Amino acid sequence: MSTLTKQDAFSSLIDAAPSTFAAARSAAKEAYASQGLPAVKAEEYKFTNISKKLEQSLIDFAVAQPVSITAEQVKAALYEGFEGDVLVFSNGQYLPELSSKIEGIEVSLLSAKTDLPLGSIANPAKDPFAALNQASFQDGVFISVPKKTQVEKPILLLSFDQANAGQVIQPRVWIEAGDFAEVTFIDQTVSLGDAVYFVNEVVEVKGGINSQIRYYRLQNEGKSALEVSTIETDIQKDARFTSVNISLSGDMVRNNLNLNLRGSNSEGNMYGIYLLNGKSHVDNHTNVDHTIPHAESNELYKGILADQSRGVFNGKIFVRQDAQKTNAFQQNNNILLSEDATVNTKPQLEIWADDVKCSHGCTVGQLDEEALFYLQARGIDKTQAKGLLLHAFAGEVLEKIETESFRDYCDALIQARLGSKF
Amino acid sequence: MSKDNSILEELTSKEYEHGWSVNFEADEAPIGLNEDIIRWISAKKEEPEWLLEWRLKAFRTWLTMTEPDWANVTYPKIDLQALRYYSAPKQVKKAKNLDEVDPELLAIYERLGISLNEQKRLQGIAVDAVLDSVSVATTFRGTLSKLGIIFCSFSEAVKEHPELVKKYLGSVVPMTDNYYAALNSAVFSDGSFCYIPKGVRCPMELSTYFRINAANTGQFERTLIVADEESYVSYLEGCTAPSRDENQLHAAVVEIYAAAHAEVKYSTVQNWFPGDKDGKGGIYNFVTKRGICAGDHSKISWTQVETGSAVTWKYPSCILKGDHSIGEFYSVAVTNNFQQADTGTKMIHIGKNTKSRIVSKGISAGKSQNSYRGQVQVMKRADNARNFSQCDSLLMGDRCGAHTFPYIDINNPSAKVEHEATTSKIGEDQIFYCNQRGIATEDAVALIVNGYAKEVLNQLPMEFAVEAQKLLALTLEGSVG
Repeated sequence: MSTLTKQDAFSSLIDAAPSTFAAARSAAKEAYASQGLPAVKAEEYKFTNISKKLEQSLIDFAVAQPVSITAEQVKAALYEGFEGDVLVFSNGQYLPELSSKIEGIEVSLLSAKTDLPLGSIANPAKDPFAALNQASFQDGVFISVPKKTQVEKPILLLSFDQANAGQVIQPRVWIEAGDFAEVTFIDQTVSLGDAVYFVNEVVEVKGGINSQIRYYRLQNEGKSALEVSTIETDIQKDARFTSVNISLSGDMVRNNLNLNLRGSNSEGNMYGIYLLNGKSHVDNHTNVDHTIPHAESNELYKGILADQSRGVFNGKIFVRQDAQKTNAFQQNNNILLSEDATVNTKPQLEIWADDVKCSHGCTVGQLDEEALFYLQARGIDKTQAKGLLLHAFAGEVLEKIETESFRDYCDALIQARLGSKF
Repeated sequence: MSKDNSILEELTSKEYEHGWSVNFEADEAPIGLNEDIIRWISAKKEEPEWLLEWRLKAFRTWLTMTEPDWANVTYPKIDLQALRYYSAPKQVKKAKNLDEVDPELLAIYERLGISLNEQKRLQGIAVDAVLDSVSVATTFRGTLSKLGIIFCSFSEAVKEHPELVKKYLGSVVPMTDNYYAALNSAVFSDGSFCYIPKGVRCPMELSTYFRINAANTGQFERTLIVADEESYVSYLEGCTAPSRDENQLHAAVVEIYAAAHAEVKYSTVQNWFPGDKDGKGGIYNFVTKRGICAGDHSKISWTQVETGSAVTWKYPSCILKGDHSIGEFYSVAVTNNFQQADTGTKMIHIGKNTKSRIVSKGISAGKSQNSYRGQVQVMKRADNARNFSQCDSLLMGDRCGAHTFPYIDINNPSAKVEHEATTSKIGEDQIFYCNQRGIATEDAVALIVNGYAKEVLNQLPMEFAVEAQKLLALTLEGSVG
């Protein structure tokens, strides 16, 4: 089997891994060996044949080493109107000298925190890529917000990716927010080259009781990037975690977002937009695990697909037997704009408790003809009218971003795309 | 809460009313499965050479296949070598009319409430009664044949209309379609065959009643319905089996072919023995049902009420090949005790302006698991395809599960596809509302469940709707979630 060779290739990466976190790495190595890369028909990767893609595009399985970044580059990369602190990464490695020193918040290299239970949130046994990352990541970053600390301005996690063709970048992030802490992260990547490299990221988030964490992510990388990301969080009692994920490009992108609701009155929110053209392929797999009574989850993902792009959505709501009084809502809407665009969506419910309110809705369709006519009747030409309606379609998700400057920035990106392309 | 429990207990203690069996002499194949058995069955049925070849080809392919494991059900592996693949009541020849039918056999059907007596014209249903591996009687054949409608057992069709059988057999469900379809193709015993000629509207409901009687026997029937241009037929299927401690396998195949402007309505009330309250025994119901809307403006509608079987694995599907063709799927699946059901549909849109509608209502109680698994696929050339899917689940009791696995794969920008699903228990506010108006809790639940399932039950022909409602009542009356 061809996938085997690729698996072996990654194995060499695993064998050359640093010596930190030996126990976690060895557990992950085993988990990776037992799972292997997803086979062609593996249910979880059914529409996203990332194994084949890796096979075709990766030649060199070396780790992409950090490249030198200047303060000017960092400054230039900040979006207009940004106010807040910046943590800078190059090829997944944290660069303390370019990063802001944030008052009251502890930020350090992961290797300085050897007692962290890596993989206790993002279980490597669940996904081969999470296992691969845990077994072979170089170093990562540890961010801790002490309890009762409200970080008013967003923290920008700014990554510069510049790898040679076929290289592997594996960022690893551990975020802790204490009880009653509140913090917003913006995760943004700048691609400095257009080579085909592979990003395999794992972010573990541990929120305390009554904490509020917002995690906004903008994927606007090179057209040829291959990416698998896993964000997983345990949400405690009375806490809230909100994720907004905006995907605008990428050759093949797979986002795993797993929320585990572990305490009553906790709330998990997942929002996303995928606005794709060219041959982009974006796959959003989300999983909410309701383990306890009285928790709530909301999900809204919207897709606009043009050219030969493909959008995959798989949302799973899992309500365990003890999770009575659960409210879980999920919605996925898609608009196909071209003959060759494809959408595969699977909104999935697995309910083992009886006193719950769960629903999901899913649509694939076009713009409302009447709305289009209404606008045209008022002298707005068709292209512009379409852009307006699509913008409004995406707007419902954009609204969920509470940081105004970031919302405006994303909005501008989306508008520019809609104006130029559709 | 104690009241809930007592009601649930009462519910779980309800016995399966068709659990009896009758002893009579039967003509049986030896236990086991190999090419010789297939030759034996084929010879027994006096089949032509081509059909035997077809069976053997299916069997050889089947040997290379593996049992599907993706369904959300668990059951011990079935030892297919320990089954008997043919069992027929010893009645020398198929009766020409009902007077010749062994009264003992007729009595079985009387007891099931299916009268084969043609005098009972009121019912206006032509019935093909299949017991274990053979068809024992088909009613109203004379009336139907005047219109050119062929309605007979599959074995007879093979003898009398080989050209039709040869043309359509395996055209919708290829023999190699899946593990159980291949097994069925190799060993199928009997079933119903129905052909509606061009322009004919079948004046009565056609019905097949399947009954498993013998122990250790698998039932592998095959139904083929062909509706020629501009014809219409409504077809019903019912089934029961005795209560036995062992699990029995039922692996049927149903194929429907609808030519241009034809309409086929297929309704099932599936009430195989579900196993006892401890999950012992029951039928494994692994069925492949598929229809093809081959001609333009054709329509196939599936309606199913699933209340029986220990494990169900069944996805009645429509291939919408003709332009403007319509596929419909209405389902009520009730599971109780340890039953597991993984059921749903596939709507494959190939033609232009095709429409499909899916309404699935799951009700799970006891410790049962109820899954909806469906696919809506819109192919690249299927312009203006339209789909609406709704799958709701109702949970009764805190030990059961309801799961939804909808796959939606769209390759055409003009498609309009909507899917919605909800899962909930019966609302306390709804019960309270009824209580307030003097309706007892039990009656209120019955009322709410009936209302919940109504959209599907309304699709059933009247005679069946009555049976289905009774079945629902039997399984769920008075259960409070």
